[in-house]
Amino acid sequence: MRESSAGVGTTVLEINKAVDMANTHVHSNIDTSERRFNTILTLSALVIVILLLAVLLTLIVSSMPAIKTFGISFFVSKTWDAPASQFGALPFLIGTLLTSFLALLISIPFSVSISIFLGEYFREGAISTFLRSSIEVLAGIPSVIYGLWGLFVLMPLVRYLEIKMGVAPYGVGIFTSSVILAVMVIPFSASIGREVITLVPADLKEAAYSLGATRFEVIKNIIIPYARSGIIAGILLALGRAIGETMAVTMLIGNSNFIPRSIFSPANTMASVIANEFAEATGIAAASLIYIGLVLFIVTTTVNIVGTYVIKKISVEASREVG
Amino acid sequence: MARLLKVFVWIFVMFLMVVTGGSLYAAERELIGAGATFPQPLYSKMFDVYYQQFKIKVNYQGIGSGGGINQLIKKTTDFGGTDAFMTDKEMKEAGAPVLHIPTCLGAVVVTYNLPGNPKLNFTSDIIADIYLGNITKWNDSRIAAINPGVKLPDLTVSPVHRADGSGTTYIFSEYMSKTNKAWKERLGTGKSLNWPANQIGQKGNPGVAGYVKQTPGAIGYVELLYALQNKMAYGNIKNKSGQFIEPTPKSVSLAADVKMPDDTNISLTDTEAKNGYPISGFTWLIFYKEQNYGGRSKARAEALVNLLMWIIKDGQKYVEPLQYSPLSKEAVSKAEKIIRSMTYDGKPLVQ
Repeated sequence: MRESSAGVGTTVLEINKAVDMANTHVHSNIDTSERRFNTILTLSALVIVILLLAVLLTLIVSSMPAIKTFGISFFVSKTWDAPASQFGALPFLIGTLLTSFLALLISIPFSVSISIFLGEYFREGAISTFLRSSIEVLAGIPSVIYGLWGLFVLMPLVRYLEIKMGVAPYGVGIFTSSVILAVMVIPFSASIGREVITLVPADLKEAAYSLGATRFEVIKNIIIPYARSGIIAGILLALGRAIGETMAVTMLIGNSNFIPRSIFSPANTMASVIANEFAEATGIAAASLIYIGLVLFIVTTTVNIVGTYVIKKISVEASREVG
Repeated sequence: MARLLKVFVWIFVMFLMVVTGGSLYAAERELIGAGATFPQPLYSKMFDVYYQQFKIKVNYQGIGSGGGINQLIKKTTDFGGTDAFMTDKEMKEAGAPVLHIPTCLGAVVVTYNLPGNPKLNFTSDIIADIYLGNITKWNDSRIAAINPGVKLPDLTVSPVHRADGSGTTYIFSEYMSKTNKAWKERLGTGKSLNWPANQIGQKGNPGVAGYVKQTPGAIGYVELLYALQNKMAYGNIKNKSGQFIEPTPKSVSLAADVKMPDDTNISLTDTEAKNGYPISGFTWLIFYKEQNYGGRSKARAEALVNLLMWIIKDGQKYVEPLQYSPLSKEAVSKAEKIIRSMTYDGKPLVQ
């Protein structure tokens, strides 16, 4: 009697113990593989961060001779004289800023129009697919091909324009490289803008239509404010690409190491001066070029950080405004 | 998870095998060079023929003479190409003795883009004034004075220079410094000069030729072949004897009719020869004398020696069809002597 009740009790106990053991066994199994997976993920992420820091460190170390010789005055000095070992980055900073912002200005109307066209008017269908693919192909064309196209097509056109305007007909310069940069960055801002515009909820638009809004008013007052952060994100991404673009700019900017006097003068950007002169540079010349590279690195990182901050701020506002 | 890992490991192992196995096999079957764009059309032809005959691939990148010297100093290439003999400073930076052998002669021509492509005469003073900004229009009286009978248009002169470190610039500026005082003071001689503002710079001989070809009124300096292949006009230059000489392989050879030192360091600009073209120059291949550096194998050094010997001997027959001038017998014998002095671990490579 005692045995049987004890037997039941033990069985239950044993069952419980067995279940418990099974649970811990399964639990620790999940735990280890989970932990292993987490470690691999963390390591991969760490590798990226380490790579980034390593690049920054290499740039700083290699440009030390130039930093020690020129210091901060490097950014305001405008002489770039290789034979005399006198280096200053102001012409290139100005060249980079001018070309990038001009390119952005030229590209914004086009990319916003394309985003609205593909996001609102032609969302589906053959035309939409064709246009979207064309824009993606545009993004994938190598920079040097753009440069070649610019040399053979854009340069004569700009020269014709310059002759008509009575300025020196170089054909290359700030204006030409800004135009080619604009063409290169349109796909980036256009695709992101288009994605965000398709995400605008249909009920918001329907509500506006039902209140008697015209299509233009819907676009202006509903879609654009809602998609604003995405459009701005695309524009900032485009700016990042424009600042760092090298080959197309080198072929079309005229390679003059002086501050440009007008929009049609030849100039140089930070990326193009490195592309031109690094192969033969030694000593302080090489260190100065790497110093410029360091500046480029910092500028691009800052643009990205500012971009992320702007997007966050605007998306909070937009959701509060419309939603 | 484990299976994924296994697949990864396998892919990685195979990748390693392909990469190292391939390169172990290919090490002696591929040589790398970089440098001047001045002789690049000739080298492309030569290396293509060399590959057909000997199955050894020679990869040459036209990055400018400055780049060629720099990459040899950094020991990333087997040999470099330069139209400017290495300076003492560069030799010191290399650390070990560097040898030069000439491969051919070429002419730096002044090419321009005018309607009708007229043949013009130039003097070094006019060229200096153009590049220093003192002559701004093509119908300037000084240009017209030495070009009687040519209708010069009222077009702005747009001078173009090399944006990268260039041996072509070196030869051109050396000639200009020898013959024009203003140029010597303001710009001097070198692979990279401090050009005046608002002038266009282009990358490589092809860059300058391409720009001049497209821009009416442009003037630039390129190697003869680039002007010929692109059917561009180029000028006759007044030489030391007062004659306007047209750049041809023959007039370049005449300019080279001088005694050559043993290390082949010689400048041919502003030649004394009566009918010699004044802006001529040698172009050299540079390489280390002692070939055992950076883990180079003996086979690789021998491949380089064979290539260099071929270039100065059998390879010379490809020089003239491309409008360069071949090496004189004296130049070939001096070059051969230099190649014979190459060593591996102190022992000569050529028996």
